[in-house]
Formats: sequence, C-alpha cells, structure tokens
Amino acid sequence: MDSLPRLLNATKLTIELTLVSLFFGIFVGVFFAILRTSKVKTLYYISYYYSYILRGTPLLVQIFIIYFGLAQVEWIRESILWIFLKEPYSCAILAFTLNTGAYSSEIFRSAFETISKGVVEASQSLGLSKIIIFFKIKLPIAIKQSLPAYGNEMILMLKGTSLASTVTLLDLTGVAKHIISTTFRPVEVFIVAGSIYLIMTFIIHNFIKFLEKRYDYN
Amino acid sequence: MKNIFKFILSSVAALMLLFSTAQSDSIKIGTEGAYPPWNAKDESGKLIGFEVELANWLCIYMKADCTLVEQDWDGMIPGLIMRKYDAIMAGMSITGERMKTINFSQGYADEVASLAVMKGSSLEGMDTPKAINLSIGGSDVKKALKTLTAALAGKTIGVQTATIHQNFLESGDVGSVKVRTYKTQDEVNLDLAAGRIDAALAAAVAFTDYAEKSGKPVVLVGPTFSGGAFGNGVGVGIRKDDTDLLKRFNKAINTARKNGKISELAIKWFGFDASM
Repeated sequence: MDSLPRLLNATKLTIELTLVSLFFGIFVGVFFAILRTSKVKTLYYISYYYSYILRGTPLLVQIFIIYFGLAQVEWIRESILWIFLKEPYSCAILAFTLNTGAYSSEIFRSAFETISKGVVEASQSLGLSKIIIFFKIKLPIAIKQSLPAYGNEMILMLKGTSLASTVTLLDLTGVAKHIISTTFRPVEVFIVAGSIYLIMTFIIHNFIKFLEKRYDYN
Repeated sequence: MKNIFKFILSSVAALMLLFSTAQSDSIKIGTEGAYPPWNAKDESGKLIGFEVELANWLCIYMKADCTLVEQDWDGMIPGLIMRKYDAIMAGMSITGERMKTINFSQGYADEVASLAVMKGSSLEGMDTPKAINLSIGGSDVKKALKTLTAALAGKTIGVQTATIHQNFLESGDVGSVKVRTYKTQDEVNLDLAAGRIDAALAAAVAFTDYAEKSGKPVVLVGPTFSGGAFGNGVGVGIRKDDTDLLKRFNKAINTARKNGKISELAIKWFGFDASM
C-alpha cells in the first residue's frame, strides 16, 4: 500500500506521454488523411504505405527499432538527430506519435469519405469557397463521424504507453515492475496499476461521450 | 464386474505410484538465458552456459529428472513463489534482501562486479585499488568510494533491473548517481556502446564477454566490487518451505565441488576458476 504514492507519481508520466503523442498524432493523422485524398499518385501511395507499415507492425517492434535500432547506425549517432534520439523520452514520443498518426489517418480518411456528395454540391451551389466548405462543412461533419473511433484510439494509445517502460522510462508500468522487483508481490501491484489505467480509460470514455453529445446536431 | 473394479483400482494405484515418484524426482529449474557466460542461448535458441551445464550435473548427482524453464529476470523470484519452477539458477547472488523471501543453497560460484565504460571515457584511469570488499570495509574502501563518488557525480549509469548492481547504486555509497534500469544485460550493453549512458555496472565477466563477442571497445574501470550489497556468491534459490530440496542441492553442490566439476565448468565458461 505504501507504493501507491509512487504509482500515482508515475501516472503523471503516463498521462504526459499519452497527451503529447495524441496531440502530435492528430496533425500527423490529418496530414496523411489529406494526402490520401490527393489525386497525385505518389502522395497517395506515400500515405497508403505509411499507414500500411505502421499499422501492420507491433508498437513494441517500432519503439525498439527507433530506440535500439537507430542507435546502432554510426552516422545517426554523429548527426544532429542524436540530440533528439539519445533520450528515451523523445524516442518514445516519436514512436507513439507515428503509430497513433497512422491509425488516426485511417479514422479521419474514412470520416471524410462518409460526407455525402449532396452536402458538398449544396454548399458549392451556395457559392461558398473551397476553404470555407472544408472548415465549416466538411471538417465538423468529419469530426463528429470520427469521434467514436478516435475515442477508441485514445484508449489504445493510453495503454500503448505502457511500452515506454521497455526503453527505461519509469511510467506507471515501469514503476509497477520496479516495485515488484523489490517486493516480489506482482498480483497486488499489478491490480493497483491496472485500476489506475481503468480510471483513466473511464475518464477518456466519458469525455468522448460528452463531445459526441455536443456535436449531435439532430 | 468385480474383476473390472479390481482392475481399475489397481491401475489407479499404479498411476498414483508413477506420478508420485515422477513428481519427487522431477525438478524444474528457472533461468534467464540472457546473462552470458552464466546462462545464455545459442543461435538456435538452445540454453547454454555455466549454470546450464552445472544444473545438468547437479541433477545427475541428485538422481533427478530436471527441466530448465526460461523466465525473464524481473519475474524470477515471483515465478519461483508461484511454483512455475522449484529452483533458480540464474547468476542470482545471495543477499539479505532476497533471503527475506526465499532460501539459498550454499554458493557455487562467485563473481566480482565492475563498472565499464567505452574506451576514451573521462572515467578511465581512476585512482582506486584493484578490488574492494564492502563487507571488510576499512580506510581503503572508504577512500575508493569517495573517489568513485566524485568521479560519478552527475553521470548516468545503466544496470539491469532488480540486481545487486542496482541496489548498490541506489544505496548512496557512491552518492546520488542517475541510475537507468534495463530489462536485460544485453540492453545495458547496447546503450553503453551507443553512448546513451556514461557507464554501466554488472558482473565483470558480462562486460568482457560482450567486448569479446561484439568487438566493441568496452573497458572495465575502477575497482572490482564484492561483499556488502553485492552479496555472498551465487547460489540456488529455493522456496522457504522446500527444505528437502535445499538439502539435496547442498549435497549435490558439495559433490560437484569436491570432484572438481564446478572448477572445470567455471574455467570452461569464465576463463578462470570462479567456483566457491
């Protein structure tokens, strides 16, 4: 029980990793979702293969390639990139951002695709500019459409951050393992850590529900 | 009808006899398979190493049928308590902290710990004795620890999690260094070679083995450590209530020490006689 403060303290890092990755991940996701609608074949395929590769490999493998793999390459270690890649924190953020970016791009893409042609044609016939149509018509509809799936992605990302412990970061899972290694009581510690994850999932779930209601125009 | 009943009864009895003998004579031994030369894996994934071979010999002396079970280091003691295996042979040092939870057989081998750095590090050429024993103490040890504290201030040091090496760095004996913990010794070595950490602390043989196999310029610095937080040699970890098994292992280790088997295996795997 006296390990609870240590676990709660480590929860801060877990929350930080989740929020920072999701924040950057949204930009990456929107960027690749737009590329995907491009009529230029090269741009389309860049986005297609990015999403295909990042969704087709385990997050653990990705984080290992970025952290341990890139560190094996000598010219990377001698380049300016190393300032960034030397730190486990930035490696973890990079891996999580690229991963959630790939999933988000698929969510946003399918959300844009559900917008019916009729709506777009109606706005065009009103004489609205392309930019206004995108920001005032398409984007709000797409946000509403993608909310349930994106909420799911947020929860997956939260749980995904537990892999940060594999690159020496002391997040919630990392500290839980650390405590177990000295107390040898895996069941109790993991139940407490699991409950903290559950509470955070509950908060995300309700936040998404709230947004869904807010964007419900019916 | 009676005959069938008799047949079933006797076969049940025979089966029970079979199981009871099989159980008493089959021992599962947990090891990590990632701490060469103590225990490791070859290219095909087969367990090899000093302890793997020693375990086979001890089982021959105990006339037991043994199986080696692989287990990640950070779950080694919980795995023993949860009966995934009956004994630990994983380069695990006998320490007071671990003795609170499990028993140890007498030690079968001893190793010294050492700091390692990449060639050209500012930590090279520290003015310390060759070896210090923390249990003995004295002015030499105090002076060496002082030198280390000054040299390591502000440095990041990598260790495998839940090891005597981690305990030592966190004990405050060398001031408040930044400790980074890894799941395996392999990962410690990788980050040392990559330059993410300034130094690493582990069994000296773990570094010399890595330097030899990888060709990386990893060098040992400072004194070798033993005693105190580093424990009293490496023994077989056994559950507290398994006193019979403890006796059997102690007897087998005695045999292996007297007939020279431990020394022979130690020289084969470590390059020197680490037996005790």
